Amino acid sequence: MAENVKPKVRVPKSASAGEVITLKTLISHPMESGQRKDSDGNVIPRSIINRFTCEFNGETVIDITMEPAISTNPYFEFEAKVPEAGTFTFTWYDDDGSVYTESQDIAIS
Amino acid sequence: MNKTGLLMTAVALVASGVWAQDDNQLVINGEIEIITDAPAPEYISGLDTIYSGWRFRQPAMQQLEMDDFENPASLAIDDAVEQWSMVEGSEGKSCASCHEDVEDSMAGVRAVYPKWNEGAGEVRTLANQINTCRTENMGAEAWKYDGTQMTGAEALIGMQSRGMPVNVAVDGPAHETWKKGEEMYYTRYGQLELSCASCHEENYDNYIRADHLSQGQINGFPAFRLKQNRLIQTHNRFKGCIRDTRAETFSPGSPEFVALELYVASRGNGLSVEAPSVRP
Amino acid sequence: MTITRRQTLIMAVGAAVATALPFGAFASVEDHITEFTGGAELGNEGLTLTAPTIAENGNTVPIEVDAPGAVSIMVLATGNPTPAAGTFNFGKLAGSQMASTRIRLAQTQDVMAIAKMSDGSFVQATQEVKVTIGGCGG
Repeated sequence: MAENVKPKVRVPKSASAGEVITLKTLISHPMESGQRKDSDGNVIPRSIINRFTCEFNGETVIDITMEPAISTNPYFEFEAKVPEAGTFTFTWYDDDGSVYTESQDIAIS
Repeated sequence: MNKTGLLMTAVALVASGVWAQDDNQLVINGEIEIITDAPAPEYISGLDTIYSGWRFRQPAMQQLEMDDFENPASLAIDDAVEQWSMVEGSEGKSCASCHEDVEDSMAGVRAVYPKWNEGAGEVRTLANQINTCRTENMGAEAWKYDGTQMTGAEALIGMQSRGMPVNVAVDGPAHETWKKGEEMYYTRYGQLELSCASCHEENYDNYIRADHLSQGQINGFPAFRLKQNRLIQTHNRFKGCIRDTRAETFSPGSPEFVALELYVASRGNGLSVEAPSVRP
Repeated sequence: MTITRRQTLIMAVGAAVATALPFGAFASVEDHITEFTGGAELGNEGLTLTAPTIAENGNTVPIEVDAPGAVSIMVLATGNPTPAAGTFNFGKLAGSQMASTRIRLAQTQDVMAIAKMSDGSFVQATQEVKVTIGGCGG
């Protein structure tokens, strides 16, 4: 597992039923592309997060396939529809099998 | 959408061939207004107006600094927040033990550093002061002057002064150090015989190869530099600049760089503290 | 046949050009497109790709894709050693078919996005991003 991997999400605390809200996510990860060489000239093996998903109460908002061209500390911004109160679940899948999750509740105002 | 708007602006500006220093306004998180231009202080004879480096960047890069969540320094800030209340050293203290809430205790601090320390009889940078706190008050080891922990702490402390004008003292007991810094600023270094002024006073807004030269203001330091993908300290940038003139450079934390930092900071008196800024 | 010095030179140049062309990368871009679209024709309306015309640093280039009614959008950095950047698949609770991220660009190149629309058709948008290799050392 890559060291010190920390997910961060920004979700509004509340929304009105059916409202479309903006979500922002960030995770600390080197996203080693597999294209770089170390000081001895050896290729540094690829080690990236290869998939990110966001679900709300079990329904998919977005499901992203990630490739080495995604920058270090991957950032995503997208929109979700909020039909009811519930929980957003964010999941990042690492090449090495690690899975990082973060969740946040949203209330209906 | 805001971002789209800005990117579109970039397209328009490039299309018309004008993408020099712009008139964009910097507001962080939609609430902190940053002063990015101001009349030059009267002791700076070579400039009429001072500009933050932010004004010389492309809109897509400017955008990264306008929302703390999007600022790539935010992860380092999170680490620094944890560090703030981490007990270290023989005295069983953390920063928070004495300074409590960083947002209250550190507001305004960055704006006046480097500053004269009466007890020590010398000008101290913020990094000097942090290490003094660690060794003398916490009984902890000093951090590397320009290491990750130090730049993180400086960024966290710096951002508590965002929007406040830089206001370092250039007279009184600090004046002698300031004069040394001024002399360094105008001294040509290295095989290329370049002074700080050669690029940042006489040629700001011009290009040096593909680089759009700014005035070299340090109100946004430590800055998150995308090229290195981490926070970069003022002295680290000084070191790189002098080395690029093909000169023997000075070390971060050296008396020379402390003096230069005071002088360069004073050239930005009147601009807002902007740390941590985002630069290419 | 007699091979003249001139012909030999031309052949050598030809071989050099063939070697120098990043045909691996070209094939790869084509492969990705074919895999995503199944070889379907690409329209040019309905997908907006927003990227800076000039990126001051290739490590972090913000891009945004927006294609109302899309099922998924693939992004290709056509000039990278591995051109695939990512594919955004929009679910039932997507508030729009828009997403932004930051990508790496190894050099000045075309960034391409292809959207698969809900009716099964495909549209594309391409924009050149100039990557300036600036940045005084540090």
